[in-house]
Amino acid sequence: MSAGHTETAHGHPHAHGHDGHDVPHGTYRQYMTGFVLAVILTAIPFFVVMTRVIPSPGYTAAIVLICGVAQILVHMIFFLHMTPKAEDGWLLLSTIFTIVLVVITLVGSLWVVFHLNRNMMPGMQELHQEAGPAVAG
Amino acid sequence: MAIETVATPETSFLLGRLTWAALPLHEPILVATFAVVAIGGLALVGALSYFRLWGYLWHEWFTSVDHKKIGIMYMVLGLVMLLRGFADAVMMRLQQAWAFNGSEGYLNAHHYDQVFTAHGVIMIFFVAMPFVTGMMNLVMPLQIGARDVAFPFLNNFSFWMTAGGAVIVMASLFVGEFAQTGWLAYPPLSGIDASPYVGVDYYIWGLQVAGVGTTLSGINLVVTIVKMRCPGMTMMRMPVFTWTALCANILIVAIFPVLTATLVLLALDRYIGTNFFTADNGGNPMMFVNLIWIWGHPEVYVLVLPAFGIFSEVTATYCRKPLFGYSSMVYATVCITVLSYIVWLHHFFTMGAGASVNSFFGIASMIISIPTGAKLFNWLFTMYHGRIRYELPMMWTVAFMLTFAIGGMTGVMLAVPPADFVLHNSLFLVAHFHNVIIGGVLFGLFAGIYYWWPKAFGFRLEPFWGKVSFWCWVAGFWVAFTPLYVLGLMGVTRRMRVFDDPDLQIWFLIAALGAALVAIGVAAFLVQIAVSIWKRDELRDTTGDPWDGRTLEWATSSPPPAYNFAFTPVVHGIDAWWDMKSRGYVRPLEGFRPIHMPKSTGSGVILAGLSTVCAMALIWYIWWLAALAFAGVVATAIWHTFNYDRDFDIPAAEVTAVEAARTRLLTRGA
Repeated sequence: MSAGHTETAHGHPHAHGHDGHDVPHGTYRQYMTGFVLAVILTAIPFFVVMTRVIPSPGYTAAIVLICGVAQILVHMIFFLHMTPKAEDGWLLLSTIFTIVLVVITLVGSLWVVFHLNRNMMPGMQELHQEAGPAVAG
Repeated sequence: MAIETVATPETSFLLGRLTWAALPLHEPILVATFAVVAIGGLALVGALSYFRLWGYLWHEWFTSVDHKKIGIMYMVLGLVMLLRGFADAVMMRLQQAWAFNGSEGYLNAHHYDQVFTAHGVIMIFFVAMPFVTGMMNLVMPLQIGARDVAFPFLNNFSFWMTAGGAVIVMASLFVGEFAQTGWLAYPPLSGIDASPYVGVDYYIWGLQVAGVGTTLSGINLVVTIVKMRCPGMTMMRMPVFTWTALCANILIVAIFPVLTATLVLLALDRYIGTNFFTADNGGNPMMFVNLIWIWGHPEVYVLVLPAFGIFSEVTATYCRKPLFGYSSMVYATVCITVLSYIVWLHHFFTMGAGASVNSFFGIASMIISIPTGAKLFNWLFTMYHGRIRYELPMMWTVAFMLTFAIGGMTGVMLAVPPADFVLHNSLFLVAHFHNVIIGGVLFGLFAGIYYWWPKAFGFRLEPFWGKVSFWCWVAGFWVAFTPLYVLGLMGVTRRMRVFDDPDLQIWFLIAALGAALVAIGVAAFLVQIAVSIWKRDELRDTTGDPWDGRTLEWATSSPPPAYNFAFTPVVHGIDAWWDMKSRGYVRPLEGFRPIHMPKSTGSGVILAGLSTVCAMALIWYIWWLAALAFAGVVATAIWHTFNYDRDFDIPAAEVTAVEAARTRLLTRGA
């Protein structure tokens, strides 16, 4: 009689998130590995900035940024359990989409604002030098 | 002037910057408005108390987690704010038609600048967004055969955050001032030096509070569409409105954090003296413009994609044909979603980026017109050889196609960087974006409101006043905005308060006439709703499917029961309900089971109320209250996590009774 219907007890197979079967969970070992890596990746930037072991600020900033990116990956793998198969591939798809948008935002902003800054703020350098040595460098 | 007496605000511990001077008693227009609002508000509160409706509103609506009721509350919010935003528009049209030949008009600069800022902010954030979100909330779960959204409490909370943001913006009318910066509050004008008083702070916190709601609702609806489709409804079988809702909400999730972060940086500049967007000390105001448009351009598509979805549903239903080119419609939607993210610079071609940057973004902007054009042809081919019923939604759709095509073409003109150097910041631009937002988003919403009204309330809207509204809106739009295209080509810039050249006045008078026509359209829309409620018994929809619809929302009763579907539908193709009807679907009459549903909760109202108090305290520098309210938000959120009484079962007997009542209605109607 009800050709177009199923008859599950709760009506809707996915209602209210009661089914946790496809939600990935990590093991104790995974969490510990992630935790240790996260701590190390946090400690390195503090170490290089506070002790100034590397004299060049450029290289220091590069190390901090690399550690930041590595930190993101550690979180994604060990804490968010992102694998290509998790959540029927939706997690991978949304991650790729996020990365594309973040890259567009960052690269686009750098490109655009570099142009704007170079073309439209030519007097800044002299202005700063007149203002004092505080901002030189 | 108020601004001078408070330019160097004294801050007291107890009330921050709030003093009697904050009340705009010297502005007769505002005092009169306040009197009207106060009398109206008192009358409303009195009526609600007299008819003892507070308990009903609280239990059945304010605390409800039912997606249909939340959707309706969003629509009510949008409608109320439309009246405010439209009042601002009328004030601007009047001022600009008046202020010629040495006349200053009737608005001083401080007031006029607030009016055009508030108009833009309200129309985008508190009219278009609530309407679109409300429509998605109301319709989308029904279209995918779900019983509610994925996170019902979050949905309620999101609505109240949006309402809280609206309250903050409205409060600025009577306490203090609103921003005088234009709707995107570019620094350095929005910096603390140029705007020392509370206007920009109202702007920042109003949008931040509402932005939390929008982001959470975006997440909620994306998860709902991805996770809660009924069996058989694969992605490529989803109704087009659901597809556009999915893309719009993905965009929301992607871009609103950018807006939030940008406004946080602006707030830091204003509150604690950082220099992200100042013109000196290493800051760069152009970074603000860059970031705000990374949010701002996709936001346009957040609004217009669901409108495209509405037109797709309406065209297919009223032409009694499957939508022409379903998959091309889906791919066009996805293309627009991605492309909308790489065109933001076309909002500031003239700011000084090089030729390579401008060419890239100009070409990308022009490319967007290709998938949009594909959609337009899909609708036209759906109409071709269709049995078209020219009811109101179809009329809005045709008006949309004619109007939007012009708006799209002026958009392509603006996308050409050299042309943009002539047209930028002119009334041509103002005419263009009203052309696409009114002609695209608003016409779509009106079509959707008429189309889904019977689903929401169980009776149809009365068509006569709807047609009056339609003709006044469409004609009024063209009479109001064609002169702005002309003026823009003549070089008149936007946001002007007074004019020197008397030759321009005639165009502004014509535009004011157009605004008057639109005003009749707005009034006729309200009359239409009132008349329809009055005659609801004649207009009753007993079938649940008044338009011979194609998608699942028409499979259930009008209005749907709390649980939407007694049994979860199973889908075998696109246009699921049409498919079921054509295969001789018989409604099940027995074998009902208890249905598991989420329970109403007041936590959303409390959390959003405390957030609004916190925002108001931050605006007025009342630090103790801000800290207290924020602590209250955190405490309430934690307290809410210990509420385990979140769900209940609708007993089988009740489901049986509701379905039996529907059976009686159906047999009586047949």
